[in-house]
Amino acid sequence: MKAKIGVSWSLLHLINRNHPIDKMISLKKIRKAYRTDFTTLEVLKGIDLEIASGEFVSIMGSSGSGKSTLLNVLGLLDDFDSGAYHLNGESMKNLSAKEGAHFRNRLIGFGFQSFNLLSFKTADENVALPLYYQRVDRNERQKKAREYLERVGLLDWADHLPTQLSGGQQQRVAIARALITQPKIILADEPTGALDSKTSDEVMGLFQDVNDEGITVVLVTHENDIAERTKRTILLKDGLIEGDQMHMSTAKLSINV
Amino acid sequence: MNRLPLFDRDTWQEIFGTIRKHKLRTGLTALGVFWGIFMLIFVLGMGEGLKNGVFRNFGDRAMNVLYVWPTATTVPFEGFRPGRYPRFTLDDVDFVHNNISDIESISPRRTLSERNVVVGDNTESTEIRGEYEDMIRLEALKVYEGRYINERDVADKRKVAVIGERTRELLFGDDTGIGQYVRIDGMPFQVVGSFGPVKIESWTEDDMEAIVIPLTTMQQVFGGGQRIDYFVCSAAPDVRVSLLENKVVKALKERHNIAPDDPRGVASDNLEEEFGSIQNLFGGITAFLWFVGIGTLMAGIVGVGNIMLIVVKERTREIGLRKAMGATPVSIISMILIESIFITSISGYLGLLCSTLLVGGLDAIMVAQGTNFENFHHPEVDLSVGIGALVLLVVAGAVAGLIPALQASRVNPVHALKDE
Ligand SMILES: Nc1ncnc2c1ncn2[C@@H]1O[C@H](COP(=O)(O)OP(=O)(O)OP(=O)(O)O)[C@@H](O)[C@H]1O
Ligand SMILES: [Mg+2]
Repeated sequence: MKAKIGVSWSLLHLINRNHPIDKMISLKKIRKAYRTDFTTLEVLKGIDLEIASGEFVSIMGSSGSGKSTLLNVLGLLDDFDSGAYHLNGESMKNLSAKEGAHFRNRLIGFGFQSFNLLSFKTADENVALPLYYQRVDRNERQKKAREYLERVGLLDWADHLPTQLSGGQQQRVAIARALITQPKIILADEPTGALDSKTSDEVMGLFQDVNDEGITVVLVTHENDIAERTKRTILLKDGLIEGDQMHMSTAKLSINV
Repeated sequence: MNRLPLFDRDTWQEIFGTIRKHKLRTGLTALGVFWGIFMLIFVLGMGEGLKNGVFRNFGDRAMNVLYVWPTATTVPFEGFRPGRYPRFTLDDVDFVHNNISDIESISPRRTLSERNVVVGDNTESTEIRGEYEDMIRLEALKVYEGRYINERDVADKRKVAVIGERTRELLFGDDTGIGQYVRIDGMPFQVVGSFGPVKIESWTEDDMEAIVIPLTTMQQVFGGGQRIDYFVCSAAPDVRVSLLENKVVKALKERHNIAPDDPRGVASDNLEEEFGSIQNLFGGITAFLWFVGIGTLMAGIVGVGNIMLIVVKERTREIGLRKAMGATPVSIISMILIESIFITSISGYLGLLCSTLLVGGLDAIMVAQGTNFENFHHPEVDLSVGIGALVLLVVAGAVAGLIPALQASRVNPVHALKDE
């Protein structure tokens, strides 16, 4: 039995005010356009959005509505034209390439539809990669990578190359890689887009576990049942937020009951 | 987090990873650099052999040496008629030595030919040279046994003699003769050593046979007044011998009342011009060889740059991912640069090694077999050339990798990571 409770934006606002939750993400009037010599395509047309620490959010919307663009802005992979963006309390305006790299490395973990594992590195080496850019000692990296592989249930596959893993396994390796730096937030663009429903389910279970530990998770999806497993869905349309609703997850409910 | 850890295995894993994945391509690229540096060093080594061969033909005569001797005048001057033969004396030598700066050493020479030389029952007829002690440095001579005449011999007019090696053999056989006496025109001289040319050539026969005594002694014992035949002097370091020549000739013309514009009267010669023109020739040849060698090397380096560009293009997604994981632009640039420098350095170093071994081997074979070419001798690779080539390689690797590295640092992670 599925019980869904929709909560309006204003109600959420009320909750926020009554129970001050740390703001992980705060966007104010974020605008972004892609310009060529002849045309300007407005993709984000003034996004106002707040995501509290520990939230589990999905972003939905039709193709071309700006979901990936928004996620890339959130992930500091792309810059924005105007507005204000605060991540973990710090302004992300006009970051240098180096500062951007630093914040990505320390605060953010990424998930991708096509996993983006390096084909010539084994699973544990892939997981260890972000620590390389933290100048962590190699043995320490290796140890940690195995720890995180164990968490996603793939310790036995540590020495395997990505091509020797299934899609679901690869995504779990990628999630282990995203987690290894102990980020504050995980951003994933259609992480289940390339997976069948059973594997999608497993991967979503993993995200749920991550979120249960208090890590903020924001993912983009096209699929309703994926969105329903998150706690809040933001609907984008034509570069603007058209809807924002809270769910009560079935899993939580069944535990509570 | 600025620099890439050079000693981290991951840094090298990246490099070897790409190299392993593209064996043929990397190999061909490396071959280009290898061949470039190989050719450069090899032709320079051969050029050095040619140069050494030609300069050997100069004998080992110092190149900064000036010969001065009197000839008949051709222009009347201050009541003197042309055709007069000036006489050079020891006073002239002392005058030049004391009044003209930039002279390193100086020695006069007077030669008495066909003198009777006797040791015990052995009698020879040979040339006697009167000299100062510096002559051994001015001419390409060396002491075989004992010593040459010295300053004290000259000052004290000692009756000592240094004997040409062949004459020594004729007079003393297996004995060095040192300490024994030789009678020259009946006068006893004590033998202090034997000498000969640095290298035996057809034109150094005389040096094998002559007997050298102090010029001061010669004048006292055999007469002839203060007269000398000619004198030899060398220019101080960094002084052009042709400039010294002008000063010496001018001073002597003044001293001997010879018209300043008389082309004769005081004759002189030096090897500078000849030496200089050959040196220029080899300077030109060396420059040309560098030009050709560097050209070959450049082709190899452009090849590396090209490959690195392709590598960067192929690895766009990887670079984008690294950026997402926190790689700074500097760390991306270092990664590509290290790879480029690695490929050029390793292949270039091998090229350097091979060509040095080849040139050295050639020289060793020539020495072992006693091969003696007219104009080719002792090919060698200068240490400075080797070091220069190595520096060049590292710089070249960096240059080759620079554009690809900058390109890599500008990879936009959003584009690179787009899910197609
Ligand atoms: N680099 C770019 N240059 C120009 N236009 C771009 C660029 N990236 C995206 N766009 C355009 O911006 C709009 C939004 O793109 P975006 O990728 O954010 O959409 P999306 O919501 O993620 O769509 P999808 O569901 O298909 O992934 C699209 O019209 C797209 O064509
Ligand atoms: Mg998208």
